[in-house]
Parts: sequence; structure tokens; C-alpha cells
Amino acid sequence: MRPSTANNAPAVFDDNPPARVRRAFWRQPSVLPGFGLTMGFTLFYLGLLVMLPLAALVLKAMDFTGAQIWAAATAPRALAAYRLSFGAALIAAVINLFFGVLVAWILVRYRFPFKRVVDGLVDLPFALPTAVAGIALATLYAPNGWVGRLLDPIGIKVAYTPLGVVVALVFIGLPFVVRTVQPVLQDLNKDVEEAAASLGASRWQTFQRVIAPSIMPAALTGFALAFARALGEYGSVIFIAGNLPMKSEIAPLLIIIKLEQYDYAGAATIGSTMLIASFLLLLPINVLQRWSRLRSAEA
Amino acid sequence: MAFGRAHTDGKVAALTESVAVRAVLIGLAMVFIAAFLVLPLVAVFSEAFAKGFGAYVDAIKDPIALAAVKLTFIAAGISVPLNLIFGVAASWAIAKFEFRGKSVLITLIDLPFSVSPVIAGLIYVLLFGAQGLLGPWLQSMDVQIIFAVPGIVLATMFVTFPFVARELIPLMQEQGTEEEEAARSLGADGWQTFRRVTLPNIKWGLLYGVLLCNARAMGEFGAVSVVSGHIRGVTNTMPLHVEILYSEYNMVAAFAVASLLASLAVVTLLAKGGLEWRYGHELAASRG
Repeated sequence: MRPSTANNAPAVFDDNPPARVRRAFWRQPSVLPGFGLTMGFTLFYLGLLVMLPLAALVLKAMDFTGAQIWAAATAPRALAAYRLSFGAALIAAVINLFFGVLVAWILVRYRFPFKRVVDGLVDLPFALPTAVAGIALATLYAPNGWVGRLLDPIGIKVAYTPLGVVVALVFIGLPFVVRTVQPVLQDLNKDVEEAAASLGASRWQTFQRVIAPSIMPAALTGFALAFARALGEYGSVIFIAGNLPMKSEIAPLLIIIKLEQYDYAGAATIGSTMLIASFLLLLPINVLQRWSRLRSAEA
Repeated sequence: MAFGRAHTDGKVAALTESVAVRAVLIGLAMVFIAAFLVLPLVAVFSEAFAKGFGAYVDAIKDPIALAAVKLTFIAAGISVPLNLIFGVAASWAIAKFEFRGKSVLITLIDLPFSVSPVIAGLIYVLLFGAQGLLGPWLQSMDVQIIFAVPGIVLATMFVTFPFVARELIPLMQEQGTEEEEAARSLGADGWQTFRRVTLPNIKWGLLYGVLLCNARAMGEFGAVSVVSGHIRGVTNTMPLHVEILYSEYNMVAAFAVASLLASLAVVTLLAKGGLEWRYGHELAASRG
């Protein structure tokens, strides 16, 4: 039965859509209304709130000569800040890769008391304001704090050192790895593990050869997200870091210091450097992840 | 039968780990969770009540603290509804229609997540600040955005921008367009279709996104810190007030205000857990 096209009947049932369904060259026709309105608002809001200010960063950086930019981007204090930010973010992301997979594993595979509470707590770093996490971690890991008191006698100083930066970044990044690996583990087909076992593989061999490759793309995604978040993190770090120039001063803090000194060139340059560097670092990870997903899809 | 074979002569052991291995893995994970997640949360409340309940109440009743609470509610009260409208509009356009450049658009919407909050603040200073691109023009109109409330609202909007859209896009993509098309064929107009068909399908995902958006809006620190100017009682949000109190070594007051934010986080987690538990299947796409 062909529906009438006289009134508001949809063209979707019709093999030959009537002329009033406008064929835009960049979108497929649809009977649903509101594309122009919602897309228009989306682009307007995105442009105003995100694209225009980001363009300001680029335009502002162009106010300065190449020599000025190079000097600001490669000042010793800035280099020390990049080294700390990238180094601490990398270490924290590696720690999170390990513990994130571990936590996801026990949440999916094992039964234990308070499992639901632990599952909910994993999201705490998403929900807890970073400044609150920052002062709490600084208080805990200070030499007279609950944890610091235990570590101080054995010569480990966490608060007000680069190690403190790593601790804060581990806190911030944990949910990324857990939440990307968890659903993949849940959907993992047990048949493959049974097949491996029936062919004589030990449990460790099964994990290495069967489970690990399947969760690798998700784990790498989580790693990349945790790393990216850690690179830009500010609130949870500054309280525990000590913020000594050249030693425990992260790049985002240096941006704020430059702004407070009205050194806009310095702030814009360090900001752009961080943005570009993190994109360059995340690009190969995304490519790697896509490659590994394709490979596992073929297998 | 493979099932039977797996249960003969020790093969079953290879389908899971030994009790000892399980215990070690669970123990290790629990120690990690306790050290990194439980202790900080406990520390906030323990420090807040370190000098008793009276000192706690005094710290919160302080007029400057109350002004910070008010500003936090204003910032979240403006940015969350606007980002909600944006999220619904963007996910309608992206999930219900096919067009070129869709993946680019989704990437751009996600952008604020990958930008450091400090850089988010910085770009607004470079745009609206006294030396910024629009600074002189704003000054001539006598409008102040940076070091004032509008800047705080803008910075909050930027960092919470993707939350609702990100929750809704995968959910609405999974649901497809058939139900809406049916509604249209039965004579519903666009708004009726959205309200009667789409909205009931996405309401829990929407609430979930709003919940996360609000938690971030009230807790944002880095971006707001850059544009705030830290004027006591005027441009200090709760997280900024926590920083000031902490840097003045006023620990009880700092942790008292922090405990309000931590309570918000706990309520958010409980509501989130409740939604996932009760309506998990309706949020499935967004949790994937």
C-alpha cells in the first residue's frame, strides 16, 4: 500500500521522494524535521563557545615574532615544566594502565564483598572536584599525614616533590582505564577461553594469548585518555606538588604564572606548545589503537 | 561434548584462576582503591570535623563562604541548562540525520575534554581580557567579562560543554529514527515527535548527562581560576574559596567547604549508580 503523499505523509516509504524533500548535497534526505534548526544552533554554539576562543589563542600567538615565541617556548623554566608534565603524566598513565586493567578484571570476573561500592567509587575522580582531591591528597601524603607518616621513616617523600605530582595524576586518571576496559571484558566471549583451555593452554597462557590481545585496544584507549587528562590537570596537582620552579612546577601552573605577570606571549606560547605536543602524542596512539582494532576484527 | 571435557582431570582449573591468585589480585586492587580513592574521601570529612561540629558550621556560615556557594550555583545554574539545550540539539542533528563531516563535528564537540582547563581559561582571557582581542572594544562598552561573573560562567560552560551531547549521541544513534518516522507518518509535528517519542526514550540518558555536567560545573577549578581574579565574596566559587582558605592554613574552613563539594560528589555517584542499576539497559549505548 502506498501512503498518500498529499498531506504530511513521509517520503521514506516512497521510492521516488517528492520534490519538496530538498536534496542537500551534503546530507541525505529525511522526513524528520528540525535539521536546520538543531544543526544551526549546534554550529552557532560550538563556534561561539569553543572555536572562536581557540582561534583567539592562535591569533594572539601571531602577535609575537618568531624569536619571541621560540624564546618563550624554550626557556629553561618552560622546558623543565614540560618535562615534569609529560614525564609525570606518562608514569601515571602507565601505573593506571596496570591498576586500571586489574580493577576492571576483578570487577568483571570475581565476586567479593562491597563489589558494587568499589564499582561506584571508581568514578570518584570524575565526580570529586579537583581542588578537593588536591587538598585531600596533599594532607594525606604530607610528612605528618596519614600516608606520609608511614612513608617518611623509609625515606619516601611524596608531597611537595615530583612524586606527589604522579600520585595526583594516578588519582585523576584511574577511571579512564577501568571504564574503557570493563565493558570489553564483559563482552568477551568465554568460548574462546574455553577453547584455549581445552587445547591445553594454562590460565596464564590464555590470558597472554587470548584475553590480553582482545582488551588491548580498550586498554590503550584508556591509557591515552588518562595521559591526555593528566597532561592538562591542574587542580589536583598544585596542592601536592610544592610548585618549585624548575623542580615541581607543572606546565599548566606556569601558564597561570605567566598570565598573572601579564606575559601574554609566554602564556599563549606555552599553552599552544602543550596543545600541539599532546595532539602529536595522541595521534600515534589513536592510529595504533585503530590498527589493533582492525587486526583483532580480522582475527 | 566440550562442556564435559572441561570438567575432567583439572581442565576446569584453566578456566579461572586459583583461589590464591584471585585473593592476591583482589587484595592488590583493594589496597590501591583504598589508598587512592577511599582515603582522600575520608580525609576530607575527618579534617572538616577535626575541631568539632561548631567550627564546621561556623566555617560554612561565613558570609564569604556563602557568597562562594551562591556564585557556584549561579555558574552551574546558567551553564547546565544551556549545555542541556545544546546537547539535545546537537544529538538530534547528529543522530537522526546523515550528513558529511559528522565525525569532524563529533570530534569538535569532544574538544573541550582534551583541552587543559587552564588553557580553557587562557583562551577566554586572550579573547576578552584587557589585552585580549576584544578587550579594548569591551572596555569602550564598559563591559567586564574577565575577573567578573560572566567570565566564570563562560569558562564553566566551556569545560562542561560536551557532557550532555556525549551521553545522548550514542544513545540516540542506537535508537535510530524508525519511531520518529512512524510518529511523523501518523501526523505528529516535529515538536510532538520529539516530546512524545524521542524524549521518553532518552530521558534517563539525559538525566545521566545532566548529573555529570552539573558535578563538573560546580567543581571546576582550573578554568575558573584563570578567569576569576579571586576577588573574595565576588568572583570566588566554592573550589576557589577552598584554595584560598587552604593557602591561608585555615584547614578546618577549607575542608568544611570542601566537604560540601565532596558530598555533592557522593550524591552524584549514588544517583549515577542508581540510574545505571535501575535503567542500565536504557543507558547501554552511552556506557559502551
